[in-house]
Amino acid sequence: MEEISTEESIITVLKEKFADEIVTIESPYNFLTVTLKADRIIEIIRFLYDQEKYQYLTTLSGIHYPDLKSIVVMYQLHNLSQNKRIRLKIYLPEDKPSVPTLTTVFPAANWMERETYDFFGVNFEGHPNLIRILNVEEMTIFPLRKEYPLEDQTREDKNNQMFGR
Amino acid sequence: METVSLNNVKVSESPEGIEGAGFFATSLEKAVGLARKNSIWPLPFATSCCGIEFMATMGSHYDLARFGSERLSFSPRQADLLMVMGTIAKKMGPILRQVYEQMAEPRWVLSVGACASSGGIFDTYSVLQGIDRIIPVDVYVPGCPPRPEQIIDGILNIQKLVESESLRRRDSAEYKAMLNKYGIE
Repeated sequence: MEEISTEESIITVLKEKFADEIVTIESPYNFLTVTLKADRIIEIIRFLYDQEKYQYLTTLSGIHYPDLKSIVVMYQLHNLSQNKRIRLKIYLPEDKPSVPTLTTVFPAANWMERETYDFFGVNFEGHPNLIRILNVEEMTIFPLRKEYPLEDQTREDKNNQMFGR
Repeated sequence: METVSLNNVKVSESPEGIEGAGFFATSLEKAVGLARKNSIWPLPFATSCCGIEFMATMGSHYDLARFGSERLSFSPRQADLLMVMGTIAKKMGPILRQVYEQMAEPRWVLSVGACASSGGIFDTYSVLQGIDRIIPVDVYVPGCPPRPEQIIDGILNIQKLVESESLRRRDSAEYKAMLNKYGIE
């Protein structure tokens, strides 16, 4: 694909250093996206930070793929000096998603990982304060997992006719 | 400069009573009701678009001051009326309740808009499905969001309640039982 050409250098470097870790390399909507194995993700991001100047963590979030029985943790990094971006994805098993914390590289990952824990139940090993950040503390579910219906099932005053159900 | 004479100042109608040359007699309850009704201090608890409509209501065009409520109280301890305007997330619930508990009696609650009254379109896990699940509400204003006219209508309905409320209502067993139902006191 032509779009990749601008990103070629970083792909070459990644392939050289972490060939065994790379699962796929794509460029949807011109955004370089590398799917990786989960084991060495922090090491790879540390490498991108130190050697390739991807020193800004744009975002970090979760995605649930119920068909694949996977929870994806997605990182977006930005190289501010060259204005280059990269998205990294790792697939974790749905029943026990666990990955080392990124706070060792980016302190800003603290709240983003708390949010991802809050909504998807991803366990970030070594996180300094892995508690819910947006939802009420008493909540027992991870609401953005697709096994839960969007509507509030605890309502007693529902009139299904009025909601078109 | 034109001087303001009493003739062109609109004065509230006097309550029912016995009037004669040089005297006017009515019940204390009615006099207090009249005074309270026309000097309600609202506490705005605005969380979303209904709050924007409230800003218009307080502004010069709709001018809530015409009804004696120009003085907003941002301290719950000095407020008479809690105006809840907007979506209340479940996480916000305990805060709203604490604000209500900090208000001194007599206190009234106006629930403005669909979200505060019923959760509105947010039939979802994170949104409180109506503030009357945690605090008692006196008047509900429908709308998403309601226009300033509707908010004023709600205030006028609160005024009717304030005017006609018995001075002993807040000491009654029924009132205490009602609060207890919400787990207050």
